[in-house]
Amino acid sequence: MSAVQPTLRRRHLRLGDPIFFGFCALFGAVILAVVIAILISLISGSWEALKNLGLSFFTGSDWAPLEGRMGAWPMLYGTLVSSLIGMVIAVPVSLGIAIFLVEWAPHWLREPIGFLVELLAAIPSIIFGMWGMLVLAPLLQQHTEPWLADHLGFLPIFSGPVLAGTGLLTAGLILALMVIPIVTSIARDAMRAVPVSQREAALALGATRWESVRLAILPYARSGIFGGIILGLGRALGETMAVALVIGTTPQVKASLFQPAYTMSSVIANEFSEATTDLYRSALMEIGLGLFVVTLLVNVVARVLLRSVNHRAPAGTTT
Amino acid sequence: MGALRAADGFSVSRESVAVEVKDLHAFYGRQEALKGVTMMLPANAVTAIIGPSGCGKSTFIRCLNRMHEEVEGASVQGAVIIGEANIYAPGVDPVEVRRRVGMVFQRPNPFPHLSVFENVAAGLRLNGMHSRSEIADRVEEALRLAALWDEVRDRLSAPGTSLSGGQQQRLCIARAIALQPQVLLMDEPASALDPVATSRIEELAVSLKSVYTIVIVTHNMQQAARIADKTAFFWLGELVEFDDTDTIFTLPKDKRTEDYVRGRMG
Amino acid sequence: MNAERRPRGHVGARRRRDKTMLVLCILAVIVAVVPLLFILGYTIVKGLPALDLRFFMMDQPPAGASGGGLRNAIVGTLFTLVIALVFGVPTGILAGTFASEFGKPKLAESLRFVNDVLAGVPSIVIGLAVYGIVVASMGHYSGLAGGIALGMLMIPTVTTTTHEMMKLVPDALREGALALGAPRWRMITSIVFPSALRGILTGIMLAVARVIGETAPLLFTSFGNTHLTFNITQPMDALPLRIFIFVASPYNRWQTLAWGGALFLVVIVLILNIVARLLGRKRARD
Repeated sequence: MSAVQPTLRRRHLRLGDPIFFGFCALFGAVILAVVIAILISLISGSWEALKNLGLSFFTGSDWAPLEGRMGAWPMLYGTLVSSLIGMVIAVPVSLGIAIFLVEWAPHWLREPIGFLVELLAAIPSIIFGMWGMLVLAPLLQQHTEPWLADHLGFLPIFSGPVLAGTGLLTAGLILALMVIPIVTSIARDAMRAVPVSQREAALALGATRWESVRLAILPYARSGIFGGIILGLGRALGETMAVALVIGTTPQVKASLFQPAYTMSSVIANEFSEATTDLYRSALMEIGLGLFVVTLLVNVVARVLLRSVNHRAPAGTTT
Repeated sequence: MGALRAADGFSVSRESVAVEVKDLHAFYGRQEALKGVTMMLPANAVTAIIGPSGCGKSTFIRCLNRMHEEVEGASVQGAVIIGEANIYAPGVDPVEVRRRVGMVFQRPNPFPHLSVFENVAAGLRLNGMHSRSEIADRVEEALRLAALWDEVRDRLSAPGTSLSGGQQQRLCIARAIALQPQVLLMDEPASALDPVATSRIEELAVSLKSVYTIVIVTHNMQQAARIADKTAFFWLGELVEFDDTDTIFTLPKDKRTEDYVRGRMG
Repeated sequence: MNAERRPRGHVGARRRRDKTMLVLCILAVIVAVVPLLFILGYTIVKGLPALDLRFFMMDQPPAGASGGGLRNAIVGTLFTLVIALVFGVPTGILAGTFASEFGKPKLAESLRFVNDVLAGVPSIVIGLAVYGIVVASMGHYSGLAGGIALGMLMIPTVTTTTHEMMKLVPDALREGALALGAPRWRMITSIVFPSALRGILTGIMLAVARVIGETAPLLFTSFGNTHLTFNITQPMDALPLRIFIFVASPYNRWQTLAWGGALFLVVIVLILNIVARLLGRKRARD
């Protein structure tokens, strides 16, 4: 008889684990389901546009949806260019902050500065947009852009006329501010993870601080740093509200960064709830689908880079 | 141009020089890790630093090329005279000190992103050497001195980390001596290596003393006995005894040294 | 070595480059921190006058009118957040538990991957998708749809922190419980959860801080409502939505209210971040 009791108890216990396991697995599956649902919803929502407009949708540069002309190239262009401006500014600034935090800043200063930079990530994007619209855009319009047009106006990107201050440059600057905390914190973590022995190896050869960063730290941390940069790019490409308020909402492709433009995310934000025809609404969905695909690719690349801890690329003869 | 090259730091004479340590104190914050060490490390000799862990031996060797101060809150008092110049004199740049005092660490730390060749060339490039042929010559010379040339001559462009542990450590020695320092510091260079690799490092240390003043920290007393001409025993941040290696291991004067080398403590 | 042969010139140039880089790095810090302080300061100056009792007690005024507050938006945000928490937190915690406690390495890795993918989806796209899934099938905008969109945005943060915090629980604790004959689920609920609780709470707070200011996913889900409502099946207002509408309006009171709302949001986000940071730090010290 004594053998029956434990068996019964064990059977009882065995049931608890599968149930709990199944429960957790179910919710794990919810995440996958959410991602798939997003994809299905976007595809079915944009089916009409995919069918009628095809892939030329993204190459057509005429956006007048109410007259049935829907080319999304201006939005794609605006998204790419404003993100590019943002990254060009954010990457050196972020690396500078990360290097300062890891290499130079005294201990008592590291946490406060790190916290301030992270705060930049915590501020709601709508507030960046408000500030950009009311403070930064007028500032650029009255001071920076005229100066750039006067001194560097021979470059097409800085050619006049200076308009309202809203446009690609302003959007790029705001995006830079929003991307800096992302790139900074990942680059900082990657640089912190470099073994002390690497830094010491460089210093013992007579490297200055900066030279040890160049020789040992940055190369060792490079895949983490690239991962952070690409993650930041993903953020910039998808950012909506901050950009919507400062981009100028004009679907055009102009070389000058002072010109108003449009981005994929902000055209959705501004026009979706007012889209009156099915095709119009579907076209905006397709823009959303495009945004999803682009950010998906970018994020996958970033995660792969961040995961590959080991990076022993055959270096050959580098200089 | 030639004169300028000299000023770039590549014509420093290769004669090895003695290291004189005068009343050296080292601190981590307020904590005193070295309490007034005075000693004379002879040229063209291997000096071993022994003692139980935490005795300050690593701190001591890191004071000889001003690496100690890289730790946040660390500071140094006293003088270390290498050749004729006090490396702690005001205005002396630690960067310049480290170029003249090479260092090898506990664990091999080649740069993983650089090839075998570039690992050795790293210090040369850093210090302003640009001529390809000059660099190639110096790299080969350093690898030969480090007894590694024959093993890596065919894989100079392979990553430095593709070598075995013992080879990596010799690569690090080559990297240090490519700069033709006057003193070579080794901080437990064989602690992470197997016995065969260890004995190669030991042979190397002995063979290099004809060119360099060598200071080696070790927790392995047999190693000190095998390779060192002089041995210093550290205990709780103090230099207890410093003498010929034979004397330290056979006729130590201090009771603490005797206890330690007889294995009665630490 | 003779001091006069110290290669001054060369090292001098390298030292100068070293100093230059230090200055540039400090400049980078300034470039990031000054706009932050500028934005915070501007928000405080513009928003503080609006934060009186009316702000919390009254609904929004008609266009051009004076007075009024943002009660409808505050309540709406609160409701939307609760829906988001109900949807996002259990999903995140249980999925994180799955990845940490049950996942065979490959399975856990795939879950993390999918989770990272979700974390990277732009919030406007989430809004679009929820429009297609919820709003289109309900036939109208609703607070529920907005809450679901925000919940989707919360999931990745909660999952990741749960996973990471549970990984920090020492295996010795788990083995101790299992050795006493406890089944895995008992071990997890009575040993692992309590040890990781503070970290998970931190994650939830950061998730709330992340979504509370989100505007884009609400634009075509909860849509906004000029009146106070407690009915989550109807269009519902939210602070960021109201701010977005008001700030671009030509009316004085609306603009003031927009900045008041912005300040209110910033304060909440700040508090959440600081508390989460303090909690996290205590954890690290334990």
